[in-house]
Amino acid sequence: MCLGIPAEVKEVRGHVAVVDFGDGVLREVDAGAIEDLKPGDLVIVHAGVIIERLKGREAEELVRNIQEFIEELERRAEELARLYGLPEAGAGAAPVGGGEG
Amino acid sequence: MAEQPAGMGGVPGYRPEASVLRDIESMLRSRSLVERIVEKIKRLAPLAARRVGQTPIKIMDFCGTHEYTVTHYGIRSLMPPEVEIVAGPGCPVCITPAYYVDVMIKLSLEGVRVYTYGDAYKLPGSGRRGRDIRSLEEARAAGGDVVVVYSVLDAIKMAREDDKPGVFFAVGFETTAPATASPVVAGIVPKNLAILNVHRLTPPIMRYTFETHRDNPIRGVIAPGHVSTIVGAKAWRFVVEEYGIPTVVAGFEPVDVLLAILEILRQLAEGKPRLVNEYSRAVTWEGNVKAQRMIEECCEVVDAAWRGIGFVPRSGLAFRDKYREVDALHQYGIKELTPEEWRYDLPPGCRCAEVTLGIAKPTDCPLFMKTCTPGTPYGPCMVSSEGACAVWARFGGGGLAEEIARSLGIM
Repeated sequence: MCLGIPAEVKEVRGHVAVVDFGDGVLREVDAGAIEDLKPGDLVIVHAGVIIERLKGREAEELVRNIQEFIEELERRAEELARLYGLPEAGAGAAPVGGGEG
Repeated sequence: MAEQPAGMGGVPGYRPEASVLRDIESMLRSRSLVERIVEKIKRLAPLAARRVGQTPIKIMDFCGTHEYTVTHYGIRSLMPPEVEIVAGPGCPVCITPAYYVDVMIKLSLEGVRVYTYGDAYKLPGSGRRGRDIRSLEEARAAGGDVVVVYSVLDAIKMAREDDKPGVFFAVGFETTAPATASPVVAGIVPKNLAILNVHRLTPPIMRYTFETHRDNPIRGVIAPGHVSTIVGAKAWRFVVEEYGIPTVVAGFEPVDVLLAILEILRQLAEGKPRLVNEYSRAVTWEGNVKAQRMIEECCEVVDAAWRGIGFVPRSGLAFRDKYREVDALHQYGIKELTPEEWRYDLPPGCRCAEVTLGIAKPTDCPLFMKTCTPGTPYGPCMVSSEGACAVWARFGGGGLAEEIARSLGIM
């Protein structure tokens, strides 16, 4: 039920917005639950309603924020493990990569 | 209800404008990253177990889509023996009382058009299999007027076009409530369309669930990401403050869930529970205030029944009197369920309530994949794509294969 799907806003027409879920098919969704929506915004759509906008002023910032957060959580876990005298993990703090998933 | 758009990643013809979504997705499904986090989880788990003093450490996912992520990506198979991931009450279709399904079936057979999300189309009411009309699907086969829609907007469009009296079956948690509230508050619901509001709220059922796990309490909570876009991360403060349980609001990719588990174990090992928002790309502390205001404008919080469980205080939404024009209860003179009249409403032998509360696994139910399958669901947890039984049935959680794999040491 709570399956939210990321999408890009293509057009805003008052109460309704046209979005692209990334498959190229344009769909009309309810834009009534979100303020100041504009084309280009990345949003989460659930049950035909835009429930939230993805944070970050631009795409690169969004990706960077996620990467930083992952590294932050990993670092905290690493610190705690060290505190308890566990040996350093092999991979250590290699930068967050991706793409092969 | 909503099908995931096919082929979000790596499909020819994928449009570059949406590529940032693809970048995020591939990053959060990256194998190397997953391996790194799992390695840390395995190192921290014994520390957390020592501090907690009891194993397995139960970490509960409170969202059907998290359970999907956990099962579909085989995350349980990556966990060290100290950690158990348990599915919680994350499926609104599963807990919608049979009474309302019966009401909708009856309306559809009396010539009222019933609009439903696809998730609730096969949802059985209180009828007996083989004897009664059990679901809206069966009602339609028997000549009832039932239409499956993706959203309330679709129902509104259809109702406007053909003038036929209709009722929309508004099931769902806080994530779905804005879909109901938005058109109601905007005043765009046509006169011939009423709404049966059976929305339910997640924080009260979370409290209820904690109370049922007394022997080996829940030690960590993966809080529902999309519910949180609406209610805000702040809605889960009570979990940390009143129950002392580490809580992470998480997104729905494998790395999101694994990070949540890592952070929960770290907090347990440290002995300091906190509320962390891992899904900050979509969730804020305050939530979607506009959506909250719309819900508050047209709905009030009421005591509400949960299927197989009973009434839970202040756990449901009902339309306020000033919006009774759209309220199907009012328009069609439907009696509201009361605690006195509520009766245990699961079919005989079905263990859905225990599965919903994380007390039983789907594979603990003797009916699972015997008389109860996704094609012919017997109990409600086998219906929705988010029901724990339906998820396990499709993607193979637990069961004999897992036992064998564990006994051979390959898992």
